[in-house]
Amino acid sequence: MSGNGTGIGASVKRKEDTRFLTGRGRYTDDINLPGQLYGYILRSGMAHAKIGTVHTDAAKAAPGVHAVFTGRDMEGVGGIPTGWEITNKDGSKMVEPGHPALATDKVRYVGDCVAIVVAETAEQAKSAANLIDVEREELPAVASIEAAEADGAPLVFDEAPGNVCYDWEVGDKAATDAAFDAADHVVSIYVVNNRLIPNAIEPRAAIANYDPATGDYTLYTTSQNPHLVRLLLGAFVLGLPEHKLRIVAPDVGGGFGSKIPHYAEEAILTWTAGQLGRPVKWTCERLDAFKSDTHGRDHISTAKLALDADGHFLGLHVSTKANLGAYLSTFATCVPTYLYGILFAGPYTTPAVYCEVKSFFTNTVPVDALRGAGRPEATYLLERLVDKAAVELGMDRVEIRRKNFIREFPYQTPVALQYDQGDYDATLDLALEASDWAGFEGRRAEAAARGKCRGIGISTFIEACGIAPSAVVGSLGARAGLYESGSVRVHPTGSVSVFTGTHSHGQGHETTFAQIVSDMLGVDFDAVDVVHGDSAKIPFGMGTYGSRSLAVGGTAIYLAVEKVIEKGKKIAAHLLEASAEDIEFENGSFTVAGTDRSKTLGEVALTAYVPHNYPEGLEPGLEETAFYDPLNFTFPAGTHIAEVEVDPETGEVELVAVTGADDVGRIINPMIVDGQLHGGLAHGIGQALLEECRYQEDGQLETGSYMNYTMPRAADLPSFNINHNTTLCTHNPLGAKGVGEVGSIGVPPAVINAVIDALRPLGVDDMSMPATSQRVWQAIQRANG
Amino acid sequence: MNDFTYHAPTSLDDAVAALRGAEGGTLIAGGQSLLPIMKLNLAAPTDVVSLAGVAGLDGITDDGDSVTVGAMCTHAQVAGSATVQGRIPALAAMADGIGDAQVRNAGTIGGSLAHNDPAADYPAACVALGATIVTDRREIGADDYFQGMFMTALEDDEIITAVRFPVPSRAAYAKFANPASKYAVAGVMVADGPAGVRVAVTGASGDGVFRMAEMESALGDSFGAEAVAGMGVSSHGLLSDTAADADYRAHLVTVMAKRAVEACG
Repeated sequence: MSGNGTGIGASVKRKEDTRFLTGRGRYTDDINLPGQLYGYILRSGMAHAKIGTVHTDAAKAAPGVHAVFTGRDMEGVGGIPTGWEITNKDGSKMVEPGHPALATDKVRYVGDCVAIVVAETAEQAKSAANLIDVEREELPAVASIEAAEADGAPLVFDEAPGNVCYDWEVGDKAATDAAFDAADHVVSIYVVNNRLIPNAIEPRAAIANYDPATGDYTLYTTSQNPHLVRLLLGAFVLGLPEHKLRIVAPDVGGGFGSKIPHYAEEAILTWTAGQLGRPVKWTCERLDAFKSDTHGRDHISTAKLALDADGHFLGLHVSTKANLGAYLSTFATCVPTYLYGILFAGPYTTPAVYCEVKSFFTNTVPVDALRGAGRPEATYLLERLVDKAAVELGMDRVEIRRKNFIREFPYQTPVALQYDQGDYDATLDLALEASDWAGFEGRRAEAAARGKCRGIGISTFIEACGIAPSAVVGSLGARAGLYESGSVRVHPTGSVSVFTGTHSHGQGHETTFAQIVSDMLGVDFDAVDVVHGDSAKIPFGMGTYGSRSLAVGGTAIYLAVEKVIEKGKKIAAHLLEASAEDIEFENGSFTVAGTDRSKTLGEVALTAYVPHNYPEGLEPGLEETAFYDPLNFTFPAGTHIAEVEVDPETGEVELVAVTGADDVGRIINPMIVDGQLHGGLAHGIGQALLEECRYQEDGQLETGSYMNYTMPRAADLPSFNINHNTTLCTHNPLGAKGVGEVGSIGVPPAVINAVIDALRPLGVDDMSMPATSQRVWQAIQRANG
Repeated sequence: MNDFTYHAPTSLDDAVAALRGAEGGTLIAGGQSLLPIMKLNLAAPTDVVSLAGVAGLDGITDDGDSVTVGAMCTHAQVAGSATVQGRIPALAAMADGIGDAQVRNAGTIGGSLAHNDPAADYPAACVALGATIVTDRREIGADDYFQGMFMTALEDDEIITAVRFPVPSRAAYAKFANPASKYAVAGVMVADGPAGVRVAVTGASGDGVFRMAEMESALGDSFGAEAVAGMGVSSHGLLSDTAADADYRAHLVTVMAKRAVEACG
């Protein structure tokens, strides 16, 4: 790793930005196929209703309309599957109801797909949809966890009594109970993790085509993992073999988890294209995105922490209720379990941890992964609880954390994970220094003189990224492997194409992966292009989520490059009349050790494709593929510190400073890494201060547009103070951990802890997310009695 | 959005004629409210009559005792006008806080007043400053002009041509914005002008802009923040939504009134 101007560790400007910033990106909606028609999805306006006949004659007769299909037409087509089967405490399996792509007997949330209208233009399709008459009998709805678990609550699915999907646990309950029996102090907390709407800037879209000449289907779709869509859509829904179904996820404008799942619309479009023999295009409108993109979070938890007299953590007990929405989205079931419960050791040596999670069906949009997916929920609970413990025990908030840090690695937690490496003191010290934690009381006094309540809050956290290995996740219920593929094709004249099964929708893979390959092969950065997002081009892939792309996908590429170098050594040895064992490869040249005799990569590549003078028995060509299945998760960690000023008169919270000290493993491109941190912080700050998805009791989405769903804007955010302390992951050759979700995991509790710190002098000791001005003002009023 | 006939008249007479000739016509004067509701099919006019090309609806003039703003002046033009900034700085500042830059570059004072959104900023400015709404056929005092949510004194085919603002001795606007939409949750304009002290509130009531007589009286006796700081506002009849319930809104009206008075200097 030479670390040259474009190599590993260099802040190379992103290859992809030229096309994005000049309007030359090619997103799904930019793609138009000859003869295409436009689909409009009619969605349910009721949260829960029985469906009778759907009268489509008037719509079918409307101008430009080619077809209208309903759930009855799609009967016989498979339902939308879920990707992870959870086992209950008692050993039975979770309840897994069917999810028809187009509703048949019932609709279960506002936004549920009822029919597709296909017309010459999008406007015609939408207008005609107004003419569809759906016979409906409205049923009482459950729009929250509280409503779902109430005695006698209406059932979302008859086969799920009490609306429970599963009742899961992890950890040793007896050992945890014993820890509480032995404790000097027990600190309890109740927290709500607010439901969020992802709001990727590019709405979902799809265009499906069927070629009757070959029987091939092609689906262009806004997906974070096209191969998974191919697997689920082909094998489970439509019954199409992989070689007849091509999925292309071209440029995608943000996903944040909401583009991981395989959606009903993808199945409806592909099936419809097959029925009509014409391409059909659908682009989701923003208001429909609010009620049909998967939502995130939505937990209610109680937890208690057992401590000894000195403030050492002895045990942690967590009881969580999670809202899964109306159907099981692709990763819905594993987010509140295997991406949540196993995080509760955090960076601490708590010897006994137990977590139980009961998940509920409700008449709301299905919930799936959202940036962080389970880990923000766990970190928020734990870091709020640790802060509360410090207050109740009269301890310093920093010292109680430091007192309980893990310092010996590898560290086996009581909840399955084994941390390979970390240095939590180092990031804590760095953050304290960078934020001038020691000087805070002076700033508090200065703010008080201006009539403002200033507070500071901290969060020390770990996360688990690059979920793996496949055999382990399989034993826990995953229905897919979690490895990655990478292919490296050195062309005859020395330029390189890299094929990755990960997918870039803002992460900058085209740059980061090119840096790795150009650095390792010693070829010019501009001579390396990264190809992703097309199942016809990529061997296989598991896509991008869970901060896995560099640690898992990057490693697969790394291993493929090593194979290329190994083969190149054999070719070079032949040309140089030496033994392959004596060939060294550095800076793009194969050299006989201890001599000046060498061949460039370009010469070797040309020889591989024009093998006139070539090793006997060696295959021509210079292209290698590696599949990499990690040995373990990776464990980024860090400390986030937030500083706020509250206007006690209005309750407004101004976030005045955010400091991060992060250990994300090997950094390939510092600029991209900081950009990922900034984006994640904005996301986490949005959850902490601004974003809240609210449903009315009848299941109508109350925050269904930007009129009342508050996304973070630049003006809501301070300039971030980002710092790095790196330890390397021990089990992948890059030493990479992951960065995309760090901000959304680490910062929300730091912000809320800061708000509580600011308000404590006013008698306020609790605050829910988002800490809106109204919520803060009301808390102050309550404290004032 | 349904199909409609688009008209681009160059005179007020032609605009009125186009409006009268339409089955369900509407004027467009910036389109920052009309176009979104048309996209949502909440409005489906048969005819849209643009005022963009109509002569005589632009310009800002200093008339000595008053400032006259042409109906098609954008919010950005009002905010950036040296005349407005010099004579009624509170009005320029208010216009600078409407929506976002795109809205301010397209939306107009006439369009906003004709629409009369209960959370718009201009109604508070017009009522507090005692403005006169000038139309193609008459002049209407601000107190008579606003008649409830999305309701005004305008006749169906009447067109605002200008708004005349008396120059106050002092005035200021304080707004608490909805964090999502940036519309006023509680916007209070306080003005000390030819008609005495006026306090007008927008965003807080579903009936649109209203005056706070008790505050006006207190400020008339003694113009200072302390006159209104302790003055509670009844939450009865105030709006309640995700950003602010009626109690919080009532509190914010008092705080914004106090801040506006403070800003009057």
